[in-house]
Amino acid sequence: MNWITNYVRPRINSIFSRRETPENLWQKCDECGTMLFHRELTDNLKVCTNCGHHMAISPRDRLTALFDGGIFSELKVPEPVTDPLNFRDQKRYPDRMKAAQKSTGEKEAMLVGLGEIGRTPIVAAAQDFSFMGGSMGMYVGNAIIAAAQEAVKLHRPLILFSAAGGARMQEGILSLMQMPRTTVAVQMLKEANLPYIVVLTHPTTGGVTASYAMLGDVHIAEPNALICFAGPRVIEQTIREKLPDGFQRAEYLLDHGMLDRVTPRTELRDELITITRMLLNQPPAVRGDLPPPAEVPPAPAPETPAPEQAEAEAAPPVAKK
Amino acid sequence: MTQYLDFEKPLAEIEGKAEELRALGRANAEMDVESEAKALDAKAVQLLNDLYKDLTPWRKCQVARHPERPHCQDYIAALFTEFTPLAGDRNFADDHAVMGGLARFEDQPVMVIGHEKGNDTKSRIDRNFGMARPEGYRKAIRLMEMAGKFGLPVITLVDTPGAYPGKGAEERGQSEAIARSTEKCLQIGVPLVSVIVGEGGSGGAVAFATANRVAMLEHSVYSVITPEGCASILWKDSEKMREAAEAMRMTADELKALGVIDRIIPEPRGGAHRDKAATIAAVGKSISAMLKELAKKDGGTLVNDRRQKFLNMGAKGLAA
Repeated sequence: MNWITNYVRPRINSIFSRRETPENLWQKCDECGTMLFHRELTDNLKVCTNCGHHMAISPRDRLTALFDGGIFSELKVPEPVTDPLNFRDQKRYPDRMKAAQKSTGEKEAMLVGLGEIGRTPIVAAAQDFSFMGGSMGMYVGNAIIAAAQEAVKLHRPLILFSAAGGARMQEGILSLMQMPRTTVAVQMLKEANLPYIVVLTHPTTGGVTASYAMLGDVHIAEPNALICFAGPRVIEQTIREKLPDGFQRAEYLLDHGMLDRVTPRTELRDELITITRMLLNQPPAVRGDLPPPAEVPPAPAPETPAPEQAEAEAAPPVAKK
Repeated sequence: MTQYLDFEKPLAEIEGKAEELRALGRANAEMDVESEAKALDAKAVQLLNDLYKDLTPWRKCQVARHPERPHCQDYIAALFTEFTPLAGDRNFADDHAVMGGLARFEDQPVMVIGHEKGNDTKSRIDRNFGMARPEGYRKAIRLMEMAGKFGLPVITLVDTPGAYPGKGAEERGQSEAIARSTEKCLQIGVPLVSVIVGEGGSGGAVAFATANRVAMLEHSVYSVITPEGCASILWKDSEKMREAAEAMRMTADELKALGVIDRIIPEPRGGAHRDKAATIAAVGKSISAMLKELAKKDGGTLVNDRRQKFLNMGAKGLAA
């Protein structure tokens, strides 16, 4: 009896008592260490409510936050050849892919969505740093080309959120070839006179920075994002001196003329709406008075079709005489 | 005196012995060493053939980096006439890692642009070992634009370990400069041909090699990152560069199979540095052939072909 009460029961209890505080209820800010309530953090787009530190946000959450009512349709990306080089380092490339797919729940490192922001139809693409470092391989290249082609076809602007460690080494030279390929995609947009806005998020480095991420009409970065070609460690090894504080961070790049703006994530959507509407020569967006899609009353009579009604709502308020 | 690579040690021994024997022969007139020395020579030739017949990717990388390999200025001096270097990016500086200017190739005016690594300590430092800074890419952009304006074909010679990873280079927008250079390559309505004559290092190479036709010397390499860099990231051990070089597919044969390059220029026995003149002549012939292929096409076709070529790239993968 003694053995059971003194040893087994506490063990059993301890196993069950561990479940009392689920780990996902709270998240610690990596910057200031504050424990943040998960729902509050998600509502604030993964920006620390205490110190304003921008944590990683998944492409799906990002696009949901970007589009009106969180509604978008996903663009199908042409499938590239899997493992074109039969690459193997310590693990096989297909195994690394499977692990990344399992941990992120996504197919690859870029998500392309079609939808509206402030009732302006756009194409948006978001890169996923948690998927093999967001690295740019054939799929990411195909995604950007498909996004650009769709934007040209539908005559919509493209907004791209970059986040990557660079090229995907497991695709060797073919990942390098995504630099010219994605550059062709950007040229398609430019020749169609469509806005191409890049939002550079933490981190954007290497071949990604040296191609589509630095070819936007407008460059916006999230605060403190690391943006560079060669990483700080590589540079420190090369020049053998300490780099200044904030080197290669968004604010530093803004100072050195590489960015147009540094904008907190929570203000990004409004800013993107403002900029795209101006670049498209549209009237200012009407804010705050748009009913959620579900509440739109059904068209009462066939004489007043719904699209017109929507247009009337989107038009700027006319001053009363 | 040739500098031997580590895998050429047995060759160095044989050639050294032959040399010693001949020195002995010169000192003692009555000694007949010639037949023995000749036998050693034959053995050396045989060994050189064997060594270079099946170079591993890592060995090719070593050959591509050989200090005596012909460099951009050697090609320009031998293949072009009236070379008139044009300097500066009109913004910040003139980058000596990139040389370029007007010249005539087979009497036709062209724009030639290339990375230059330098050939002794002093010039290597001056050329920053062929690692360009933003002003180098911006100079190239300016020259390509000029070539486009005046209808001159552009020839680029690629030989760089990669773009320079430095503080100033980053501050002045290394990534933007590379991106714009690649973009310019895709814009100009004139024939653009590129030869990878040594190392084709990552973005620094792409910025020049986004061309209608890309040729590669047999023992050159072209890759997304150096084998050492790849090894330290994926293997967490930069000593695994042999494995990395193998896995990345950076040799001319593999790149041709993938459709990334269009032609391979054979090198003389024992690599380009053992017979510079022959190598340079072969490169000249290749440039000439590539320019002829493109001569009849108008500007719009050239731009479209170039873009389509890159859009189609990688559709097959290695059929292995």
